[in-house]
Amino acid sequence: MLKLENIKTYYGNIQALKGVDIQISEGEIITLIGANGAGKTTTLMSISGIAPPRSGKIEFFGKDITNLAPNHIVSMGISHVPEGRRIFPDLTVQENLDIGAFLRKDKEDIAKDLNYVTELFPILKKRRKQAGGTLSGGEQQMLAISRALMGRPKLLLLDEPSLGLAPIIVQKIFEIIKEINSKNKTTIFLVEQNANQALKIANRGYVMENGKIILSDTSENLLTNKEVKKAYLGGE
Amino acid sequence: MTTDISASKIDGIKKSVYTALWFMFLTFPIMVIKVNTIDNIIIWRWENMFFIGAGSFILSFIWRYMISKNEMKSEDSTGILQTFSEKITSEKKIYIPIIIAAAVFVIAFPFIFSMYNTNIMITALIYVMLGLGLNIVVGISGHLFLGYAAFYAAGAYTYALLNHHFDISFWFALPIGAAIGAVIGILLGFPVLRLKGDYLAIVTLGFGEIVRLILENWNDFSFGPSGIANIPRPPLFNLKLSLSEAIVYLYFIMVVLCIFTVFIIRRLEDSRIGRALVALREDETACQAMGIDKTKIKLTAFALGTTWAGMGGVLFAAKTTFVNPSSFTIWESIMVLCIVVLGGMGSIVGVIIGAMILILLPEYLRAFSEYRMIIFGIVLVLMMIFRPGGIVTSVRKNYKFELESK
Repeated sequence: MLKLENIKTYYGNIQALKGVDIQISEGEIITLIGANGAGKTTTLMSISGIAPPRSGKIEFFGKDITNLAPNHIVSMGISHVPEGRRIFPDLTVQENLDIGAFLRKDKEDIAKDLNYVTELFPILKKRRKQAGGTLSGGEQQMLAISRALMGRPKLLLLDEPSLGLAPIIVQKIFEIIKEINSKNKTTIFLVEQNANQALKIANRGYVMENGKIILSDTSENLLTNKEVKKAYLGGE
Repeated sequence: MTTDISASKIDGIKKSVYTALWFMFLTFPIMVIKVNTIDNIIIWRWENMFFIGAGSFILSFIWRYMISKNEMKSEDSTGILQTFSEKITSEKKIYIPIIIAAAVFVIAFPFIFSMYNTNIMITALIYVMLGLGLNIVVGISGHLFLGYAAFYAAGAYTYALLNHHFDISFWFALPIGAAIGAVIGILLGFPVLRLKGDYLAIVTLGFGEIVRLILENWNDFSFGPSGIANIPRPPLFNLKLSLSEAIVYLYFIMVVLCIFTVFIIRRLEDSRIGRALVALREDETACQAMGIDKTKIKLTAFALGTTWAGMGGVLFAAKTTFVNPSSFTIWESIMVLCIVVLGGMGSIVGVIIGAMILILLPEYLRAFSEYRMIIFGIVLVLMMIFRPGGIVTSVRKNYKFELESK
């Protein structure tokens, strides 16, 4: 469904992506792992149009979305959960979720999706009228994911959902990511530093280094791959 | 505990003494020494030194006391005034009589007070409108905007010129002025889209001055510094109104327009666009990720804000019946910004109170003649120290922790 071909993205004069090729099929969970500064976040930003690539081609369901504005890309069904959650601290949880459905006009379906996310994360129902900024880190991450789901995406881009969270909450969030994938057939593109966790729920994985994909394989193979183990999984 | 307090008191006295000494020293050359150039002698006015010492000691002591009190307050409670204002707005029993009383007062005002007072009140109401308009840009969307007077001028000159050349009446000029305000807002918006904070302030400041200079120097277009006179007041059907009647009429037009402004802004705050404005203020990247068109929303904010300035300008022209560029200086922009900041950013009631205080206070302080601007300045400084959030701190939502009722 999503195809990246030789994507090169720059921040000013600095080249962050040096030709990235990624393919994602419908219904998959794909993970992109790599060290700090490898270009994982930039890859997601390029897909969602926030940091548009200078050259290369991004196709979504066969349509060229390379140079579309972010709002058009969101309306085509790609939702992005940015790194560091970035919820709106002064808006209430409910308002945060409403912003997630900003481009949609179908009120009934929005209500349905609201139900869906509060089933996934019951805590959000309790916190509905609370300001986003008063939530705990884990709750904020849940809110950020829910906010993205309110756009009813076909493809969900997740940027480091485990960032700064306690291991037990990370576990929970990964379980729910899997549930989102299996229940609604939402394709998920997961960027993670927590390679171990990410590979456990993903079908396939890409390994990134210095703005390039250096390895791609099924999760099982990557988990047992010696190089990957040494560099990212911290095992022997 | 008690020794602690007395120790801090002694410390405060000590510091105040130092302050007093310092002031005595600083003002010594101008307050004590007086050179009599006729007799070539120096007069030593030592009694002045004593007054300055005593005065600065007392002021400094009160200052310290207020600050320590303010700190203590913020330690043990989260602001009494805030809960007080919340109480007023949440309980119907309290706020309905208040609204009725206010309405009666507003309607009776021009009949109770003199024409002079009514006239000042019209000015204050124009500033309420300007403040509410700028509040959309500064308070809700968080763009620091310093050229508001330019749009105010655009509105005023729209009416003045249209009337001068084409005899267009007030009621037609009002929407045209508003539209021109919006259009110029969007035109200015495009080049400054990427700017934020101080940079935006500087650019808009420059824009305001450019507009004023154009009006001042382009004689063929705007009649230069001599301005345009004999602008008619708003007509009421075809009746001939006397001056005082016309002013009362304008007062009511102003009241209705202010209510209209408040109504629109209330609707805006709860709307999709209003929420997008707040969201964009808080996090641009997240907004983009949610599919909010940054450009469109920002320009909307600008246009929504400057519309009211255009409208306010038309009303200003109709009120004074004369416009010239000196009415639209940078001071005007700063005044409106002060209203928004002092009143409380993002709060409608705050902006209204702020406009009333900032416009009415200098007028009624005329009794103090040249000291009035000093008093005005002191009030502003004290306000920002003791209530930095503005008179009415904007409470977007009351956050209540709901307990699970299962």
